[in-house]
Amino acid sequence: MSASQWRRAMNSAATAAAPTTAARAALSPRPVAASGAGEVATPSWLARFGARIQLRHLVVLAAVVLYPFVASPFFTYQIGAQALALGLIALSLTFLGGYGGMVSLAQMTVAGLAGYLVAIFGTSSVATISLGWPWWLAIGFALVGATALAAAIGWLSVRTEGIYTIMITLAIGVAFFYLAQQNYTLFNGFQGFSKVAAPELFGIDFKEPVAFYFVALACAIAGYLLVRHLVRAPFGVALQGIRDNPRRMASLGYHVTAHRVAAYAVSGLLAAVGGVLMVWYNGRISPGTVNLNAMIGILVVAVLGGMKHPVGAFVGAIVYVLLQNFAIDLFVRERFNLVIGGVFLAIVLFSPDGLLGLWAKLRSSLVQTQTSHQKRRQP
Amino acid sequence: MKATKKRVWVRSVLGAAACAALMGSAWAQETLKIGVLATLEGPFAVPGQDGYRGADMALTEKNGMAGGKKIEFVKVSSDATPDKAVAATRKAVEQDKVQIMIGPLSGDEGIAVKNYAKTKPDVTFINGSSGAQATTLNDPAANFYRFNTEGAQWMVGLGEAALAKGYKRTFLISEDYGFPYSQVQGFMASYCAKGGKVIDKAWVPLGTKDYASVIAKIPKDVDALVVVLGGSDAVNFLTQYEQAGGDKPMIGGSITVDQTVLNYKGKRRESLLGTMSAGPMADSIDTPEWKKFVADYKAQFKDGFPSPSLFAYLYYINTKATLDALDAVKGDLSGGQKAYRAALQKTDFKGPAGEVKIDSNRNGVGTTYITEVTKAPDGSFYNKVVKTVPNISQTLGLPEADFKKMGLGTRDVPDCRK
Repeated sequence: MSASQWRRAMNSAATAAAPTTAARAALSPRPVAASGAGEVATPSWLARFGARIQLRHLVVLAAVVLYPFVASPFFTYQIGAQALALGLIALSLTFLGGYGGMVSLAQMTVAGLAGYLVAIFGTSSVATISLGWPWWLAIGFALVGATALAAAIGWLSVRTEGIYTIMITLAIGVAFFYLAQQNYTLFNGFQGFSKVAAPELFGIDFKEPVAFYFVALACAIAGYLLVRHLVRAPFGVALQGIRDNPRRMASLGYHVTAHRVAAYAVSGLLAAVGGVLMVWYNGRISPGTVNLNAMIGILVVAVLGGMKHPVGAFVGAIVYVLLQNFAIDLFVRERFNLVIGGVFLAIVLFSPDGLLGLWAKLRSSLVQTQTSHQKRRQP
Repeated sequence: MKATKKRVWVRSVLGAAACAALMGSAWAQETLKIGVLATLEGPFAVPGQDGYRGADMALTEKNGMAGGKKIEFVKVSSDATPDKAVAATRKAVEQDKVQIMIGPLSGDEGIAVKNYAKTKPDVTFINGSSGAQATTLNDPAANFYRFNTEGAQWMVGLGEAALAKGYKRTFLISEDYGFPYSQVQGFMASYCAKGGKVIDKAWVPLGTKDYASVIAKIPKDVDALVVVLGGSDAVNFLTQYEQAGGDKPMIGGSITVDQTVLNYKGKRRESLLGTMSAGPMADSIDTPEWKKFVADYKAQFKDGFPSPSLFAYLYYINTKATLDALDAVKGDLSGGQKAYRAALQKTDFKGPAGEVKIDSNRNGVGTTYITEVTKAPDGSFYNKVVKTVPNISQTLGLPEADFKKMGLGTRDVPDCRK
């Protein structure tokens, strides 16, 4: 190893030495965990979970649960449910990029494969290809298949870094798009599959806006909690260590490649759930769902919201979906894409951490003015 | 003092806002919202813009009124994908509360919007320019109307015209999706029945840049090529075929030999002369209705094309039918739009390029123009109308039973290799 490389390694180690908040939270002993071992009947994990809940969490939860009863079916379905499904796919990228340091453009491809597999194993308009299996079996295979694809993409690309990872995942995504468009025996070419519907269960038709919204909400919350849990778990902490300094983690005995591939697999599972929701939401899937625009769209959503926190994916998705739907009413109709582009540019320009970064800045400046007021009042 | 002043100011603003809101709602009763969906993004952005021009023209002709109400267009856009088309339609119907919806532009979008129409029986859907056969043939929606003819109908009569020129054996090159399947069927249905042979078909993906392998496959003993490509695909193929030394005459689809291709500057541009194609309109129709339509288009849209495109024409006739029927029922959309739909069904007017009326599946029955590339006195090339085939139904001039036996056009249907 040359001296310059050593120096660089030592420098990056120094910056990484300041532990991230998540890592600190995971490493510091929590008093609640100790009490869980005592006479209280509640299991320790539940108590630990309860201790972390704050008022703002309950407020957001109440808002998203009450939302469909206040909003029109259009807002419930096209804005709410779509943002949740899209947010889940973006969340997979936030996990991979924000905590693993690997930006993959192929997350939409993984989601798209899950959607295609639901159509192929389940029922659709193309009876010659669709196998007509019950919905739970089709979904099971779709999730497993898409997760396997994500792991394979990870296995191919983890030995590269930065822009090379982006290039490899871009190439895989574009290759999948052309495969789907030109293969007729499995993907039904340009036309794809239509009439892929969410099932009816316990007398509830999950195609209906409110019912589908709650399915999407449940999946989104589960995905969010999974990511929140993982980034505090030893696996997530190691992943963040690898993000900050892979060489040091390797010398500590961590298998860097295995951790990265596992991160791809986890993110693949999240994207696959989002993909299944997406195909139910649209009722159809065709190569247009996984084209380059859609792939970049996921990156835009993740960056828009902010990659530092899992909730950013959903915030970004809400803004993205709102813009897609309403930008056309704001401005000269023929040029409405200019509004969308302008908003994206403004957010990224003024806040590199996306909307969450903007929020954090706003809050810190508010707190500062408050404290300065208090100081002035003191004699 | 300052506080009261402020309060007065706030109150007057509130009062003004309330007045405006009241006036707004009173105004709203006189206004009828109609949704218009075309594409302002993606590969069909330019045709989509011309589609809006066609719709605007039909409304301007009526001074913005129909059935005694002021008509307001709620324009929404897709990128030619079915997902986006349904999302945009849903926004217009459920959020902007339009009662009539015009659109979409392309074939697969049309099928998706038709399926959505079934979930909204109280809203009437009228096609924009989409031309997939399945929209009205497979499982049609009772509230989806299409006043234009579709891709297969546009090619009826071209088969006979090709045979009359002595093209008995042909080789087909076509894009691999729904619309060209329909076009190919429209051509082959009569061509095969009258003894023509399409000895092989080359299906290429939309947006193919390199045609070398296809050109190498063209056999020496064919009389002509059937080329159903559009836009840049057509230009790429023609250029590469010329460079490879190809000299077979050609038969084109409805969007193959348009102005972009005719302005093509290759060495052997002359080889395009005599290329036949067919479509629901042609630039050189010699009727007063068509000439008036072109003159109106040019007067109204300084930034438009030199002559209205296919999309402007199709949006125009569909919008005109929509508004005429509103006039017929005096703007009455009550009772689940029953009277309005009856009026739509009875629509029969002389459009710029022939009669506009619909069959029992609510699909257009209309005229097809067979054209041939000809040199104008000033040296420019144009599509000259050589034959007009009126009254073409969706069964392509075949008895219904025969058509059903053949089925809808796909990669393998119809087939006449030997």
